[in-house]
Amino acid sequence: MRLYAICVYLFLYIPIGIIALFSFNAGRHASQFMGFSTQWYGRALNNPFVMDALETSLLAAFITACLASTLGTMAAIALQGVKGWLRTLFDAMIYIAIMIPGIVIGIATLIALVTVFGWLNPLLASLWPDGANPPQLSMGMPTLVAAHTMFTMALVIIIVRARLSGMDRALMEASADLFATPWGTFRQVTLPLIAPAILAGFLLSFTFSFDDFIIAFFVAGSETTLPIYIFSSIRRGVTPEINAIGTMVMGASLLLLVAAQLLLRRGASKSNN
Amino acid sequence: MTERGRKALLLAPAGIWLLVMLALPLLVVFVFSFGERGAAGGYVPAFTLEQYANLPARWTAFKNTLILAPLGTIAALVIAYPLAYFLAVRCSPKWRTSLLILVIVPFWTSILIRSYAWIFILGGRGLPALLESIGIDDIRLINTPFAVLVGIVYGYLPLMVFPIFVSLDKLDKRLLEASADLGSTPWRTFRQVTLPLSVPGIATGCMLVFILLMGEFLIPAILGGGKVFFVGNALVDLFLQSRNWAYGSAVAMTLVVVMLVTVSIYMKFISRLGGQREDVSLM
Repeated sequence: MRLYAICVYLFLYIPIGIIALFSFNAGRHASQFMGFSTQWYGRALNNPFVMDALETSLLAAFITACLASTLGTMAAIALQGVKGWLRTLFDAMIYIAIMIPGIVIGIATLIALVTVFGWLNPLLASLWPDGANPPQLSMGMPTLVAAHTMFTMALVIIIVRARLSGMDRALMEASADLFATPWGTFRQVTLPLIAPAILAGFLLSFTFSFDDFIIAFFVAGSETTLPIYIFSSIRRGVTPEINAIGTMVMGASLLLLVAAQLLLRRGASKSNN
Repeated sequence: MTERGRKALLLAPAGIWLLVMLALPLLVVFVFSFGERGAAGGYVPAFTLEQYANLPARWTAFKNTLILAPLGTIAALVIAYPLAYFLAVRCSPKWRTSLLILVIVPFWTSILIRSYAWIFILGGRGLPALLESIGIDDIRLINTPFAVLVGIVYGYLPLMVFPIFVSLDKLDKRLLEASADLGSTPWRTFRQVTLPLSVPGIATGCMLVFILLMGEFLIPAILGGGKVFFVGNALVDLFLQSRNWAYGSAVAMTLVVVMLVTVSIYMKFISRLGGQREDVSLM
């Protein structure tokens, strides 16, 4: 039994280990380890395409995480005690967002936005004062962020709602009885209690957006995110540079997730006390 | 401001966002699936079932998905179950949390990079070269259904282990002792007590993995090399290469419907299994 467990752990970690190991390979060839070197890290960090893609990914992930955690938390709080059609509508949309494959969300968003932009652009041009260049709506960073925010906001609503439902409602009622304004109750009672869940939601949203390939592939327009860059490089073959990028990305995602985990746990132990 | 007004104000951004970025796009796919392809690609409004009639042209993609998604789910289950059992029942509590985290950690790193790792291992200079040195020649692993299956199991194993672990962890260990005290062999105890009680975990794990596999694109794209392709790969091809939006929409709608139908059949099956379990425990 123990031996079996060890085998599964080897299965899980050997491939990751190989990538990390070969990222330090001095040689070019994938199959032979020619000695230790950090040259591929240097190359990756000096490659303008990689740095551009990284910047795009970080920016998109950051804006997505901010929007998703803010709007998701607002909705989760407002949804407390809401019943009837509004509740059904929200639950259905959250369920659909989670359930529908990412690839379908990606293509649906692409064709819907391209079609809507196709209608709006001539309209904008006709409304624009003569002589000036009217703005052209097209796929790019804003559409990428909008699509990622849609999905991660659904995740944040679920996470924050779970935390709210574990909360003692009497606390909020007590606060109201003591003449706190709704805003005061939120700031001094609700927010400190759900802060760990919001932060965890923020970090999960960031990681999702940063790692996502399939939705970005369709809606990013001419922008190249890091996963898109990695995917197109893989198509051209295995290089140590990609190993170095992969190792760095895995390391960074791990750090974020460990942070999220610690925050969630701290929040849980706090509310138990 | 009234309570109602405040709630509406808080809900509006998320609600509008979901309507515009989720409901509207899905509606567009539904409408487009009844349209026609434009001369230069894209979409021309029409009402025709032509696109759906054309679905058999992409039968291979559906066939691959409908074979490899269940197969991959079962393979992941078979490998995950003993590990989850070990973690929940056999492993010392001191190590349990750390070992569990070690299972989940890979899931949160990019699946793109993790699948890419297998190009190394399964590619010509990886395992096949190793096998050749011990006398087994001409083994081709990359770009085969086997490679895609390995990628699937590798990618989704954590998602399978976790729910099974949770259901086994909740199981009252005294039941196992009682079964042993009553003279059951360990195997019989497992079959008649442990396994039935872990059905909810198995059901959740299988459903999560299956749903994700139905829309899979990356693993077949990276490890199947164009030879083993899923519906997801066909969709990328239809939308980005041939720009056939109407037909692509019909394929996407069909994928979603097939997925919903299989999942609901599966849920019915599981709930019936759950019902049987209750009968047994009543006796």
